[in-house]
Amino acid sequence: MFEKSITHKIRRRDLLAMSGTGVIAVAGIGLFAGEAMADSAAVAKAIKKSVGGKSPKTGRVTLELPQIAENGNTVPIAVEVKSPMTAKDYVKAVHIYADENPVPNVATFRFSPESGKARVSTRMRMRKSQNIVAVAEMSDGSVYMGKKAVKVTIGGCGG
Amino acid sequence: MKGEVFEVKSLVSHKMETGLRKNKKTGKKIPRDIINKFSVTYGGKEVFGADWHPAVSANPYTSFFVKASKSGPVVLKWTDDAGKVTEKTVKIKVSG
Repeated sequence: MFEKSITHKIRRRDLLAMSGTGVIAVAGIGLFAGEAMADSAAVAKAIKKSVGGKSPKTGRVTLELPQIAENGNTVPIAVEVKSPMTAKDYVKAVHIYADENPVPNVATFRFSPESGKARVSTRMRMRKSQNIVAVAEMSDGSVYMGKKAVKVTIGGCGG
Repeated sequence: MKGEVFEVKSLVSHKMETGLRKNKKTGKKIPRDIINKFSVTYGGKEVFGADWHPAVSANPYTSFFVKASKSGPVVLKWTDDAGKVTEKTVKIKVSG
């Protein structure tokens, strides 16, 4: 039944109704194995739109995400940026992108020196396994980025 | 205490309809309706804010930090695609 379901491109949610959860977990890994983990052009384009022509440097940005997310509808994510958060030197904004979602932009968070700490936690949707990218804009105009790959067992976005 | 950095945890009830889902009976797309803006003011000044896209989960949870400077209201404001505004005010007292 499982093989047939894949051939007919039945949504995984329907598949869930037909078979056991254990089978689904295996299907998830099978489908996503060997998938290229590269930044898609869409994310690069979205970053350019957000920060202009500046090329982000690596570092200062830490993403906290599960390695494997069972439910793509709600994946906890926290982003922290190293910064003294003073009036002279603070993080202005953090943009979050997902390279395999229908829309690359996830959210933009704006900070101020009054934030005290450049850290934000939220929950996001992931259609499937992918890279999550966070880009931080500093008050001095510099741009930093961090990236983390997440495997998703059952995708979100209401497929 | 003045100068203390404290965490604010917020949860707002909203379906965050992505605009990508289809009605299973009619096959028509369900129109997008998400909270697209979140704004936090402290003593009348914006200290934290966010622009959201459909990838933010339903019933959005957000936690962030604020540095205590003076006693005053912290106002959390969520605005959705339909223009509906949800607001929550928390008064904080700063000592020292």
